[in-house]
Amino acid sequence: MKLPSSTRRNFTAGLLGSTSFWIYGGHKVWADALQSESSRPYQPQYFTPEEWRFLNAACARIFPADAHGPDGAVLGAPEFIDRQMNTPYGHGELWYMSGPFRSGAPNLGYQLSLPPRDLYRQSIEAANAYARQLKGQRFDELEPSDQTALLKTFEQGKMMLGAVPAHTFFEQLRQNTLEGVFSDPLYGGNKGLAGWMLLGFPGARADFMDWVNQKGAPYPFGPVSISGETA
Amino acid sequence: MCAKKVDAVVIGAGWAGSILAKELTEAGLSVVMLERGDERATAVEGDYPTSIDELRGAIRHRLFQNMSKSTVTIRNTLDQEALPYRRLAAFLPGEGVGGAGLHWSGVHFRVAPDDLALRTNVVARYGKSFIPEGMNLQDYGVTYEELEPFFDKAEKVFGTSGEPYTINGKVVGKGNRFAPDRSDAFPLPAMGDVYSASLFRTAAASVGYHPYALPAANASAQYTNPYGAQMGPCNFCGYCSGYDCYMYSKASPNVNILPALRQDSKFTLITKAHVLKVNLDADRKKATGVTYLDLRTRKQVELDADLVIISAFQFHNVHLMLLSGIGQPYDPKQNTGTVGRNFVYQTITTSRAWLSPKQYTNLFVGAGGAGVAIDDFNSMNFDHGPLGFVGGSPVWVNQAGVKPIAAAVGGPGGKAPTWGEGYKDAMVDTYRHSLTIDAHGSNMAYRDVYLDLDPTYTNAYGQPLLRMTFNWKENDIRMNQYVVGKIEPVIKAMGATRYSLGMLKDGEVFDTRRYQTTHLGGGAVMGTDPKTSCVNRYLQSWDVSNVFVIGASAFPQGMGYNPTGMVAALAYWAAYHIRTTYLKNPGPMVQA
Repeated sequence: MKLPSSTRRNFTAGLLGSTSFWIYGGHKVWADALQSESSRPYQPQYFTPEEWRFLNAACARIFPADAHGPDGAVLGAPEFIDRQMNTPYGHGELWYMSGPFRSGAPNLGYQLSLPPRDLYRQSIEAANAYARQLKGQRFDELEPSDQTALLKTFEQGKMMLGAVPAHTFFEQLRQNTLEGVFSDPLYGGNKGLAGWMLLGFPGARADFMDWVNQKGAPYPFGPVSISGETA
Repeated sequence: MCAKKVDAVVIGAGWAGSILAKELTEAGLSVVMLERGDERATAVEGDYPTSIDELRGAIRHRLFQNMSKSTVTIRNTLDQEALPYRRLAAFLPGEGVGGAGLHWSGVHFRVAPDDLALRTNVVARYGKSFIPEGMNLQDYGVTYEELEPFFDKAEKVFGTSGEPYTINGKVVGKGNRFAPDRSDAFPLPAMGDVYSASLFRTAAASVGYHPYALPAANASAQYTNPYGAQMGPCNFCGYCSGYDCYMYSKASPNVNILPALRQDSKFTLITKAHVLKVNLDADRKKATGVTYLDLRTRKQVELDADLVIISAFQFHNVHLMLLSGIGQPYDPKQNTGTVGRNFVYQTITTSRAWLSPKQYTNLFVGAGGAGVAIDDFNSMNFDHGPLGFVGGSPVWVNQAGVKPIAAAVGGPGGKAPTWGEGYKDAMVDTYRHSLTIDAHGSNMAYRDVYLDLDPTYTNAYGQPLLRMTFNWKENDIRMNQYVVGKIEPVIKAMGATRYSLGMLKDGEVFDTRRYQTTHLGGGAVMGTDPKTSCVNRYLQSWDVSNVFVIGASAFPQGMGYNPTGMVAALAYWAAYHIRTTYLKNPGPMVQA
């Protein structure tokens, strides 16, 4: 394992090693740490059990497990999305939702009458129906490679999921999954600050007076959340 | 309905409104400032660490306009049906005390003097036939020399950090050699260069360009402004754009002007007050005041005033003029009327360079106004003759602090996947080892690009929404492509391992789904001819002489520079002439 180049300040040198451990340590560490935390699994407040299974499978395909760490489902993206559904955002209260609702050129933006919570409900049902029609199983019952293939079909935007263009649903899902992985853990995702560790983002530290220009050296401190959680 | 009377009513509590309210109370007037959004105090919205929250801030748009109440409709061409801009994306108007001046980044330019008389300059250099068919190129009707004292005043109020080039004609520093002459230094020295900006500075100089530190309304040191407002030194936390600065380092009306105004007994701020219209007398030559909806009581309130200052966000100014019947609405088919004419934007594209795995760009470090820029391809600083287009772009590394959600959703760039297998690898490389360079360019005005009232959609109060008819035009696309081409040698000189150049494509259609910039302009432009401008050179309505319309709505063209510095200077300029001329003899200051 190669450590990043040293910094000009001696006092940071000791910390650099531990940070590098987290950055380069691989996902085994995370899997163990997160397993011990997840003794009481989250109970979804909005999604039905079937929708919840879809969401967990989809988050894991969009943000898959690899040498960098666990997947989006393990990092709490489904919990994040479920909790968002009961916010003003989930209810569409941040969007202009007055009619008439007309379809138009894609570049003129979202024109459906559905707030996010209804968009998910209708699209997941249609996506499962499509998976059954194609493969005889619900989305979450498919092999991961088939799930990925299905998501790619949705992404390409040539089909509808009920009244929703599949691409619109996919982009909603992709964006919310990544929001869950990378937002402050107070919203239910980014478990163990793993999303921030991946990128090397220091979270709420928000003071880089000494790091304006360190000539390309890596920032030596791990992340801190708004609640004071460290990794 | 209850009627009250004040000397002046100011609509909107952003930079323009706060400057006018301050100047008019100094002149002895009683002033009521109406803001439709919430009260905003840095001690609350900027409270650390809860303010350091990307999801609540820039992603769920805490400080921005809530679209559920009111938005605009957008179409690209005259024959299209406009559809509502339902979700914030391409541009992000503010709401609440401070307006867009609370969530802005802090890049604080003056103006390229050539831009103030762009039509005159283009015609003088290249002839009238150089102007493309359908382009409404025109002058501001004010010179840089006239505005200079007000740029100087605004910088001192904002606590602007920067490096001058010349002061009173003498070269004094390593600032922008294309910048106009100054009467005084910046109040604070330039912000430091982050690593990516320092690489850009060296590489740009090595290929013969002229790099300079961006002028930033981010305080490089502790500062007390002429109003007694205090700023703390910026620590490059990276939470400027979309946030209320917890360090009191980024200038905002809330930090730099309102603390002084709030102590003045002649000043009243009313929040949750949505102005429905400016009231006019029977012959529509005088405003009698405004009618606003008190969003707390849901009651309409009539407020009488001798002077009405329309100083909301650019397109809200135009909307309010149209709803009130001030001036003649622009008709693109007949080419008559002025309200809504010359609606403009900016061309902004981002290029990315990846460095070696040993070079960490620490993209989360940043300050919204800081960076290193070149002006070699901005305004009329280069020969347009052989190029055949009007306009230009400054180019810069403006590392404002890249947060993880925005980075992750935006994707790793280049040809890398935006999810699934290979995504994380590419994202890690991009976030740790890349930097971005923007071409932040002008956008000209065209006969068929304009603002009017939508025939179908209404806001929560039953009024028609504003309709934008906007598209990219060949002149502006070619300008962007030319300038982006000039970035390539800089990236090569940086020793990038790979890069991708971001530019507008031939025939590209304006896409409302992707954030570009909130630098909208025009629609109520200033000028010397009432046939082609809404307001005179003092930003006074040609039609209703006790109405002044302050903001980027006055720009006849979209300039390459960020607009706030120009908006502030125009606000001080207009205020000065109201105080010294208008108040002594109310009436038109320029005869139509």
